[in-house]
Amino acid sequence: MNPRLLFVLRRLGLTIPVLFVMSVVIFLIIRLVPGDPVRTMLGFRATPESIAQVRAQLHLDDPLWVQYRDWLAGLLHGDFGQDFVSKAPLSELLAQRVPVTLEITLLSMLLAVAVGVPLGVRAAVGGRWARRLTEGFVVFGISVPDFWLGIMLVLVCAGTMMWLPPSGYVPFTEDPGGNLTYMILPVLTLAVAEAAYIIRTTRGAMLGVIGRPFIVYLRAKGTRERSIVYRHALRNAATPIATVIGIQFGVLLGGAIVVETLFALPGVGRLIVTAINQRNYPVVQAGLLVVATLFILVSLITDLVVGFIDPQVSDRGES
Amino acid sequence: MTAKSTPAGGTAVVRAFFWLPRSARAGALILVVLVIVTLLAPLIAPHDPNAIDPTHVLAAPDLGHPFGADALGRDVFSRTVYALRTSLAIVFASVAVASLAALPLGTAAGYFGGWVDQVISRPLDMLLVLPALLLAITLIAIVGPGSIVAALAIALIYLPILARVQRAASLVVAHAGFVEGGRARGWSSLAVLRRHVVPNALGPLLVQAAILAGFAVQIEASLSFLGLGTQPPTPSLGLMLSEGRDVLTQAPWVEIFPGLAIAVIVLAFNLLGDGLRHRLDPQGMAS
Amino acid sequence: MLQINDVRVRIPVAGGRWVEAVDGVTLAVGSGEIVGLVGESGCGKSTLGGAVMGLLPGGAQLSGQVLLDGRDLGGLTAEEYRRVRGNDIALVSQDPSASLDPTFAVGAQVAEAIRNHRDIGRREARERAVELLRAVGIPDPGARYSDPPHRFSGGMKQRVVIAAALANDPSVLIADEPTTALDVTIQAQILHLLRDLTVRTGTGVLMITHDLGVVAQVCDRIAVMYAGQVVEQGTVRDVFADPLHPYTRALLDSQPAAHHRSGDLPVILGQVPDLTDPPAGCRFAARCARVHDRCTTAPPVVETRGGGRVACWLHDALPPVAQEVS
Repeated sequence: MNPRLLFVLRRLGLTIPVLFVMSVVIFLIIRLVPGDPVRTMLGFRATPESIAQVRAQLHLDDPLWVQYRDWLAGLLHGDFGQDFVSKAPLSELLAQRVPVTLEITLLSMLLAVAVGVPLGVRAAVGGRWARRLTEGFVVFGISVPDFWLGIMLVLVCAGTMMWLPPSGYVPFTEDPGGNLTYMILPVLTLAVAEAAYIIRTTRGAMLGVIGRPFIVYLRAKGTRERSIVYRHALRNAATPIATVIGIQFGVLLGGAIVVETLFALPGVGRLIVTAINQRNYPVVQAGLLVVATLFILVSLITDLVVGFIDPQVSDRGES
Repeated sequence: MTAKSTPAGGTAVVRAFFWLPRSARAGALILVVLVIVTLLAPLIAPHDPNAIDPTHVLAAPDLGHPFGADALGRDVFSRTVYALRTSLAIVFASVAVASLAALPLGTAAGYFGGWVDQVISRPLDMLLVLPALLLAITLIAIVGPGSIVAALAIALIYLPILARVQRAASLVVAHAGFVEGGRARGWSSLAVLRRHVVPNALGPLLVQAAILAGFAVQIEASLSFLGLGTQPPTPSLGLMLSEGRDVLTQAPWVEIFPGLAIAVIVLAFNLLGDGLRHRLDPQGMAS
Repeated sequence: MLQINDVRVRIPVAGGRWVEAVDGVTLAVGSGEIVGLVGESGCGKSTLGGAVMGLLPGGAQLSGQVLLDGRDLGGLTAEEYRRVRGNDIALVSQDPSASLDPTFAVGAQVAEAIRNHRDIGRREARERAVELLRAVGIPDPGARYSDPPHRFSGGMKQRVVIAAALANDPSVLIADEPTTALDVTIQAQILHLLRDLTVRTGTGVLMITHDLGVVAQVCDRIAVMYAGQVVEQGTVRDVFADPLHPYTRALLDSQPAAHHRSGDLPVILGQVPDLTDPPAGCRFAARCARVHDRCTTAPPVVETRGGGRVACWLHDALPPVAQEVS
């Protein structure tokens, strides 16, 4: 069989047990809450009748495996359950929230890659100043907590100088320009630390590649320096860079929770935090499930991309 | 290696300090100062961190309030000092718990390999399926918010990472000549582990722990910022940043100083971790 | 053709000192000729190759003259030198597995060598690359064009490297230990391939090697290098039949083929001198079986003997007194 196809199938096969375990863990959240979760959810409204009603509604009295089976079957049909507070179907709520989180994380990653990869390359092959400046940026980006950076950005760009809205959101479909204006500060907030990690990884990977003999041989063929650096060396350095981008996407999803709260963006992260504080377990579960699935899918895509960039990886059939 | 058991313990500490690369010395120095400051918090803080003072609401920094005062007139400097105490306690506790759990798990997985490795490593890998902050939030969703839960959540995030590093280091040591020698001499596994494997595999774990400690400060602050970590009235850096947001433009000092404090600790741990890496983990097993 | 005149290369080492890696080498490679450059590892033969290619390590200092088809390469800008490399002079280096970019299809790496120097389209470059792969003996080159290097054996990879090196019909090919990393059974095939292709196109080859067997098989002339200097050069026939320099003789004597399992091989005792502080006289003096007074005081003068040249006081044409006067 085609080694690439085999590689893709094998990697897909590895993803299924991961998705399964993740879904079990998230399914169990509400069942692991100490004491009676329904009593906790209802708080002062808890009466024997209301408790019985909610237990029935959440099917908490069925055997555990039946509950899981029904829950999973619902998920596969796009039924995420009901918001415990507003009674709205969660699939609709998620349909509004997920695009916001995706927009922030993808834009941040795009910006971080667009800035981080070229700077990391410069840091590896450029002069002393390029190296020093990028090293300074890396230390700054890694040390400064993202939400504090966000607050400082608000202070400078929105507060003092009134350039940008400090917080808020309009959907892209309603007002594309306005949407992007609201995105600037959150995306910057998340992208700085991302860019720092990407620079550091790119620099290290490039330094490793630049010292290898095939670079000398490329020069001996008369290959232009630009092509050696950006076509050959960067492609060889792409495996660690892509891997870090995949890992950092998980960090971004975490960071999005904080940044959505900070900038009042209606994303999944803010949904989860609010729901935890309200003990709104169905929403917590649905939110975590979506974010975790996104993360697992990104890991999968990262591995597939790495396999396609570097034929040695896909030929070995490892992941 | 540092000689901690010499009679003159003080000189050993000094020697260990100068054994570090220069940048790591700066990190170590900052951390020592911060630890002393937090230990002596009651002496150093000029005010009660929770004392409300209506006459100083949003007061700008001056001699009496070096970092200014917040919306309730509380002294930001005193609150920062006490918050550092909370943060560092959570960080040290979480990293210590994770390291102590990772040490036997990782060592056993790396040294014995085979099914022992499978039984230990597979479940730990599953913890890496969720992004770090999300794993913490999942735990908090189950147990409820609080400082101890936050510390446990961070420990849970770090356990698989540290165990993986310890496993890799033990794997290398397990195949080194002197360990084979110990086995050939008929020592028990436990004796070989205690006398050879653990002492020689400890470097990368230490490096990783130092680097992770820096990020633990950030995670703890993020959780508190979201209202999922340390609960009021205990001062914490994340909570201070969360509370100060509403008065950001009138009193930026309420936000600037706690944030700077976080950045400084993270930087210090990073410098220390990088320096330790140069000395203890030249093969780069810690990430 | 390639003409190297009194080339010296100094390489900085720790402590602000310099290694005189190549010290006054004069050498020529004619059209269609294969010249073997022989010496122990560390004698400077690969550094000389780097000097010709304009690919010395950072900080190295080069003096002397490198002429390619009469053109002085010394004064070229970086971009001008790039246009020479892979076009007029090409390189085949030791380890084919390390020479090829592991992430690129082998065919693309040959096509790239063409497109680096010729303004032709992708398709045309591809067709030409397939032809080159066929010429170096890659079976089914059209289909294997897109395969990454790790799906080829070492010998096949070296064929790809040779195809890329000869893509633009260079005047001179530097072959730096082209068979050292290969299986013994493959070595002869690759050597003969190199010989066939270069003789046909008139490409001159500087064959850098430590293996006199390689020289015997394919070279026309030989230059023996010791501690940064060429101590003897001449036709392979002359030098193998009657080596003039004691070092050349010692090298020939230490070849397994010369002794047919008749006991231990003779070895050259002693060590190569420290090239950060080379000795005043002959660099081989400390290890030479026929050393005498003059050898330790002044460097030997290069003398012409028949068609070759040798740098040894044993073959000095002039009496010592006259030498000091001149």
